[in-house]
Amino acid sequence: MLTHDKMINMYYTMCLIRAFEDRVHELFAQGKIPGFVHLYAGEEAVAVGVIANLKRGDFITSTHRGHGHCIAMGVDVRGMMAELFGRRTGTCKGKGGSMHIADFEKGMLGANGIVGAGGPLAIGAALALKYKGTDNVVVCFAGDGAQNQGAVLESLNLAAVWKLPVIFVVEDNQYAISLRSLTPSALQPRVSTAKSVAERAIGFGIPSITVDGQDVLAVYEAAKAAVERARRGEGPSLLDCKTYRYYGHFEGDPMVYRSREEIEEWRKRDPILIFKDKLMRMGVATEELLNQIRTKAVSEVEEAVKFAEESPFPEPSEAYTDVFTDPYY
Amino acid sequence: MSEVRELTFVEALNEALMQEMERDPSVIVMGEDVGVYGGIFGVTKGLLEKFGPNRVIDTPISEAGFIGAGVGAAAVGLRPVVELMFVDFFGVCMDQIYNQAAKMRYMFGGKIKIPLTIRTTIGGGVSAAAQHSQVLYSIFMHVPGLKVVVPSTPYDAKGLLISAIRDDNPKMFFEHKLLYGIKGPVPKEPYTIPFGVADVKAEGSDVTVVAVAYMVHEALKAADELRKEGISVEVIDPRTLVPFDKETIFKSVKKTGRLVIVDEDYDRAGFASWVAALVADECFGYLDAPIKRVTTPNVPIPFSPPLEREVLPNAKKIIKAIKEVVKKG
Repeated sequence: MLTHDKMINMYYTMCLIRAFEDRVHELFAQGKIPGFVHLYAGEEAVAVGVIANLKRGDFITSTHRGHGHCIAMGVDVRGMMAELFGRRTGTCKGKGGSMHIADFEKGMLGANGIVGAGGPLAIGAALALKYKGTDNVVVCFAGDGAQNQGAVLESLNLAAVWKLPVIFVVEDNQYAISLRSLTPSALQPRVSTAKSVAERAIGFGIPSITVDGQDVLAVYEAAKAAVERARRGEGPSLLDCKTYRYYGHFEGDPMVYRSREEIEEWRKRDPILIFKDKLMRMGVATEELLNQIRTKAVSEVEEAVKFAEESPFPEPSEAYTDVFTDPYY
Repeated sequence: MSEVRELTFVEALNEALMQEMERDPSVIVMGEDVGVYGGIFGVTKGLLEKFGPNRVIDTPISEAGFIGAGVGAAAVGLRPVVELMFVDFFGVCMDQIYNQAAKMRYMFGGKIKIPLTIRTTIGGGVSAAAQHSQVLYSIFMHVPGLKVVVPSTPYDAKGLLISAIRDDNPKMFFEHKLLYGIKGPVPKEPYTIPFGVADVKAEGSDVTVVAVAYMVHEALKAADELRKEGISVEVIDPRTLVPFDKETIFKSVKKTGRLVIVDEDYDRAGFASWVAALVADECFGYLDAPIKRVTTPNVPIPFSPPLEREVLPNAKKIIKAIKEVVKKG
């Protein structure tokens, strides 16, 4: 059972992710953040619901849309924001940027600029954990688009045959850039003939479940069963979480492939509002307290922005360090 | 003093793996047919019997999956030695090598290490045709973040493989098919050979020949022939292409004033061209003749023996090139 404190923490983390992404959206539009940025707003319940089941020594692999996973794993938002600003105080000293934030100490094995590339990394990490004889697990987050990548399909197969402690979490946010994950539009072909990714997992011998990805408690419960199964040494599972991204595929995406009305429909089932409502109905917290928590998250992000803006850029000479463990050549 | 025996190249590699697996339980071996079969060229023979299926893993034919798993396992603390049966197969798993393994340390600000060794076979001369005969090490040299190791003798094979396994970075370890059967002296005790230290395989004063892998032996044959004609050839084997021992080559060229580079890789934008450029930059004033490259022309490796002989470098072609540069100046 989730304690009240834990649920409040989960709520705070969801608010922190949303505040971070909303603020990055503004900062990008103002030209303060260079490069490519993919925002997680709308999908918070998936990262938070799954990661609430993890413990020290567990790992995750992430995607190009990785800010939410980082924050849920406890990566410091000041370092993350500084990384997005390209500053030397960033999580990766400004060398990675939005698509490559990693913090192994926190169990975060890295966002990834290559769709589906986290699959093999996740099963490798799981193989190592199993070899070491721990009960630790690895969560592989990947989008609906990644599910048609060979590397992901190979990872599903290897995880099944090696009975690895991996939980494949599919974040079906309805779109692989512009292609719809399930129902094709008139002008675009299908991406898969399977009814769902969950259905396809069965072919690999991996138990799977489709989850309401807007309901953090539903995600938490589904992930709990999968994580416990993995800890018991019974092998991988797959959660197919139905969710939605509020912003474009990347910042600057003109979003010609979907309507404003569709976005508004999904916003009515906002994961933070759903959880807020549940917390009040369950008597975990008052609206006043939950509003305070949200305000606190916004101010934590403001501090992060201040920290990033006041941080120095890396020295040009730092371009030549960290290629190898020994000096550059 | 360690006992020194005559071993084949295969036996030397096998002994390196045996000794490192005995020394360090974090060393695991995986790949296609590395267990029961003992590796298609016999390099991993006996490892499964000695270390069991948890440390010697026969994988499905699924390179993106298991090479990537090697990266993930290395990221969380193992020291995997993964076999890519032929380098020609890199196309199905290159993302895991060049975008993941090679770049993770840098992208993540130098906070992590990837102690992964990828062993692979290279080379023509056995009528294995266009998809099983290439060397391709130039492609891996091109990518920052990979160390590139190319032994030419049983002694170097053992020492360099032990160094590779103990090194904390991702390495590509190239084994030429025509070398597997050659014999040479190998100490019984484990030993290392530092990366970035070239070996002068034959001393000479008229011309410097830089050669790698099997071509070292063709170059030595050429040197023996030419000695009879009064031409003194210095043969240098860089042994590792990344890091690369420029100084030994510069020193030799400053002495001989002439350079021939023998490289089984395709001529265009390859290893030989790069060495030629380095020497042109650093030793221009010392050169008495233009730099010559003996390489494989830019055609796929043909199957039929006379066609294959036509395109691959050999002692005869090396002799011709040496005579051309010796005539000049």
